[in-house]
Amino acid sequence: MKTNAGSIVAGFFVVGLVGLSGCGEPVDKAASADGSNVAAVADFQKQLRTQLIMAKTGDVIEIPKGRFEITRGLSLKVDGVTIRGAGMAESVLTFKQQTQGAEGLIVTADDIVLEGFAVEDTKGDAIKINECRNLVIREVRVEWTAGPDEGNGAYGLYPVQCENVLIDGAVAIGASDAGIYVGQSRNVVVKNSRAAYNVAGIEIENTIDADVFDNVAENNTGGILVFNLPGLSQRGERTRVFRNRIVSNNTDNFAPEGSIVGGVPVGSGVLINANDHVHIFDNEFEHNDTANVIVSSYFSTADGAEIKNKTFDPYAEAIYIHDNSYVGGGESPDTLELKTLKLAMYGLDGRFPDVIWDGYINPAVADEGKLPATLAICLQDAQSKMLNVDAPNGYNNPNEDMANHRCELAPLKPVELPFG
Amino acid sequence: MRISPVTFGPRTCIRLCLALFVLAGLTACSDSGRDSASEPSSQLLSEPKPESADEFPVLLSDWGVLHVSKQELVPGSRSVAYDLNTPLFTDYAHKFRTLWVPKGKAATFDDEGMIQFPVGTIISKTFFYPREGEHLYFDRDETLDFGSKGLALDKVRLIETRLLVHRPDGWQGLPYVWNEQQTEANLEIAGSAFELALYAGTSANGGARPAEPVHQFTYAVPDFNQCQGCHIEDLSTEKVRPIGLKPRHINKAYAHMHEAENQLAHFVQNGLLAESSQFPLAALPRNAKMDSREVSLNERARSYLDINCGHCHNRAGAGDTSGLFLNIEETDQLRLGVCKPPIAAGQGTGGRFVSIQPGKPDQSILSYRMESLDLGAMMPELGRATAHREGVDLIKAWIEAMPGECNIEEVNLI
Repeated sequence: MKTNAGSIVAGFFVVGLVGLSGCGEPVDKAASADGSNVAAVADFQKQLRTQLIMAKTGDVIEIPKGRFEITRGLSLKVDGVTIRGAGMAESVLTFKQQTQGAEGLIVTADDIVLEGFAVEDTKGDAIKINECRNLVIREVRVEWTAGPDEGNGAYGLYPVQCENVLIDGAVAIGASDAGIYVGQSRNVVVKNSRAAYNVAGIEIENTIDADVFDNVAENNTGGILVFNLPGLSQRGERTRVFRNRIVSNNTDNFAPEGSIVGGVPVGSGVLINANDHVHIFDNEFEHNDTANVIVSSYFSTADGAEIKNKTFDPYAEAIYIHDNSYVGGGESPDTLELKTLKLAMYGLDGRFPDVIWDGYINPAVADEGKLPATLAICLQDAQSKMLNVDAPNGYNNPNEDMANHRCELAPLKPVELPFG
Repeated sequence: MRISPVTFGPRTCIRLCLALFVLAGLTACSDSGRDSASEPSSQLLSEPKPESADEFPVLLSDWGVLHVSKQELVPGSRSVAYDLNTPLFTDYAHKFRTLWVPKGKAATFDDEGMIQFPVGTIISKTFFYPREGEHLYFDRDETLDFGSKGLALDKVRLIETRLLVHRPDGWQGLPYVWNEQQTEANLEIAGSAFELALYAGTSANGGARPAEPVHQFTYAVPDFNQCQGCHIEDLSTEKVRPIGLKPRHINKAYAHMHEAENQLAHFVQNGLLAESSQFPLAALPRNAKMDSREVSLNERARSYLDINCGHCHNRAGAGDTSGLFLNIEETDQLRLGVCKPPIAAGQGTGGRFVSIQPGKPDQSILSYRMESLDLGAMMPELGRATAHREGVDLIKAWIEAMPGECNIEEVNLI
């Protein structure tokens, strides 16, 4: 069944007359509830909240056209519910005056479809989905409307510990951490979406089997990130990043210090950290000032206790970069070490090659500094080179030696979702 | 109104109509309702019927677990009041808790020494503030809240009562908001929010009424879903459970209500709880009171984190995405936050690099998030709009006393 604000108001009228005739002024209020006056708009929050609470499997909760102020976080806990608006520009929930809740909307349910609406200016995350199966987010916009600001909420679209996730045609703008962030999940597709002016545009973290394609990541600090962090329920692997446009991700890093993405160099196109079996192909890279592609290990926080946690594998392995196009990039790297290195190796007007790698390899699997073929870091783009910055030795012997890197890896299987 | 005849059966109507009724009832007559003080009808004292999942009383008095009598809020027939060693902080609200178990049934200990309550059990928690006239106080001793049998209504302002009802298909949390006359509380499925001002207690300044409130904030009554948000301690099962009614929290006496007797023994004597040879009362665990002078700083801090954080931050809870576990059973120092970098803290880092930097509370994310009032950074995420000074001080002292250090001063990804 479908319910919307109008049907609740209609119900209010009936019950107001029947059930509450003896208690004050329900008739006056009901009579004014034609959807056009201020009182009815002010009641929208309560109506939507009640619809979410009382929803039953199969319900479609409609968000009508208009801008609606929501002051307290919304939540959905019923399986099999669709929240549908009239479009990401037409149906807008604005949280500018939010006084409660760490998210705009928190979903803890399976078989959920979110489509055709926008969530703006939440104090914390915009839409978080925790522990779910079968999630579709289609044509949803999450945005902090004043642009990049360290006071913006952390995550835009944030599925975590989910299985079977489709994010299609979404827009994420201004997140102080990641615009689209899929964490600790399995079987994930992110496509046809746009992430702009976030610290991280699209971030795939501790996730097994993800396809990220036909997206635009532009003007973020880092365009697309594929990470593993220690101490979590699962280690991620197998991510394909292809047919994306990854352009001018040169926005200053406005994440709070201490957060992981606070360590993303300004001007990162794709950044792979401590993840394995990551294939980057058929993408268009343009003008990412530190480097179009960065491959690194978790050793940058080397003294951390987590690195001593022997169960965590800090290395990036089985990375395959091929058939991408590159325009510019690498001219103006972030961080003192990289600036110094670029100047020393390529001069004031030079640029880093398209791929830079921190140079850490696992001595337990490498043979005289060479990874086995199945775990190699491969760059097949003939016009491109990879710079090994030699971080393990204090940047002492950076080199473009491609002998171990002109290789191929077997393609990864496409992610298949049990729904369209 | 597009409602298909197929889905709009009688059972559906009960839930749906409830939503409509609540919307109507609470916008239209939030200050009315039955005056139970002047009309203590027999219905008010009758026993509730929580086994019936379709029973969704709009008035708190319909449950019978609490009633207003002679200007006091008192436990209903066979309801037993209890409290906790260290409670969850909720904007300095005082809390009055009751347990009601259906006649002839008793709670039992399960194999892990946790208490399992029979279907039909009703737990209530009433949030209130000490008051004098219109002024509410945040720091007055709770001994002043009580009359001869319960809360003295001329000394307190009742805010809300939350029920946990054990239905045949699981526990359900229901928020009721008190009217200004303190005669009745109405179901608010969608929660509520209102402005509150709290003053410093009169005893602290020689009886003079303070001019300015110390805390001014928006008090939020959780909605139906938010009740579950905290009470689902295992997100994989999505089972709502009582948080406070664990032996370690209630293993104590409650002087205001039943003298010096241990509450668990009191439950047993009143037939609410069956003793277990496997878990004798005398051997049950006991969390520390956060302000006790008799137990270690570590025990007090862990007890505080357990009740305030552990329902989400445990290995199966909603906070397991962070890899930070603060429940009392956790023993891994890294998982407790020592030298642990954040996962998805966002603004919650406060510019700090690890959850706990031993010896340095001002470099620890844990204390930052407890102090913060920023919705994107503060912990817990729900249930407070003020910082708990005493709780923050306790955790800071605990971190201050920790040996060792961690050397994370920056995060660089290459």
